[in-house]
Amino acid sequence: MIVVNEDWCKGCNLCIERCPVNALEESDTINRRGVRPPRLKEVNECNCCRLCELVCPDFAITVIPEEKKKDVKKPLLRSPVGGINR
Amino acid sequence: MTEIKTAEELNKKYLREGMWPTIFCNGCGNGVVLEYTFWALEELGWDMDKVVFVSGIGCSSRLPGYINADGLHTTHGRALAFATGIKAANPDLNVIVFTGDGDCAGIGGNHFIHAARRNIDMTVIMINNFIYGMTGGQLAPTTPFGSIATTAPYGNIEHPFDICNLAKALGANYVARWTVTHPYQPIKSLKRALQKKGFSLVEFLAPCPTAYGRRNKLGDIKKLWKWYEDHTILLEDYERIMSYGSEEEKEAMKDMFPIGVFQDIDKPGFFEEYQKLVARLMGKNNKKTAETEAVIKK
Repeated sequence: MIVVNEDWCKGCNLCIERCPVNALEESDTINRRGVRPPRLKEVNECNCCRLCELVCPDFAITVIPEEKKKDVKKPLLRSPVGGINR
Repeated sequence: MTEIKTAEELNKKYLREGMWPTIFCNGCGNGVVLEYTFWALEELGWDMDKVVFVSGIGCSSRLPGYINADGLHTTHGRALAFATGIKAANPDLNVIVFTGDGDCAGIGGNHFIHAARRNIDMTVIMINNFIYGMTGGQLAPTTPFGSIATTAPYGNIEHPFDICNLAKALGANYVARWTVTHPYQPIKSLKRALQKKGFSLVEFLAPCPTAYGRRNKLGDIKKLWKWYEDHTILLEDYERIMSYGSEEEKEAMKDMFPIGVFQDIDKPGFFEEYQKLVARLMGKNNKKTAETEAVIKK
């Protein structure tokens, strides 16, 4: 899951461009700057690599791993510089 | 191992959130540099009360205003002089200097040279966007040959400044250059630079879509960020091509920027040497007083 701080997004769309699994798209709503902030696609392969967080120049994106899916291996919160939180 | 934070927790810890969003243009690389610095600090787990951020004037120099730590926004080009003063007054503080290319290489060039030569214990993060961005895109000392700027409308005929090789020649302890488009190596490099005693310089090539990219027809934000990936090469590969490559390969290297770690040495810093000097002279003085007292007693 990603949470976007919509007021901080300036609409550079670098997160959409640089997502390695192409999981992001522009949303339908317009924020107060008049740009469309990113959102996750309905069907996506997001593996919480946190590249969108790192590449966002405005600190607008937060990646939170989902803990609901029991059958799938739980995606863990990784540090961008290596290492998994156990 | 310490708890890994989500970006929101990281922002709560490091950002002065009332100041956000930033004044930076859309697609600017300064925010990304700030993010890499936070991750490096998070990895080190430093107390933020012991960290001071210093900056001069320019787009990049606005960064300390967004950080929830002590900061100093000083006069144009003199960030390094102020930082030296802070370190001299309180050597326990970790001084980090955010500076731009115009600020560090242009107006504060001599401050930079002498801070590096004296090996003063600080970390300089120089954000190089090839142009004086805040004042409207004038020619900077780092603008590549042939680029268009407001004060060079027919192309730049000056040759640019290579700050990393200058710092290397001056014997700085740690010198590295990275672009903001490659996320992982710079964080590790910054961590190393922050830990290092003595002068450490990390130069970032950051895109400036408004003042540099637009005038030089480098395309929109995505194309400009791609340009930075296409025009950089790892230092090891660059050196290999320059020594063993064919003529065509060497010709292609002309407009490429080598990135990587230029220098990583351990030389004693200025304040380390200064403390040694003080200790030595204090010892001498104590000896003298003891001798005088002995003479008086006789």
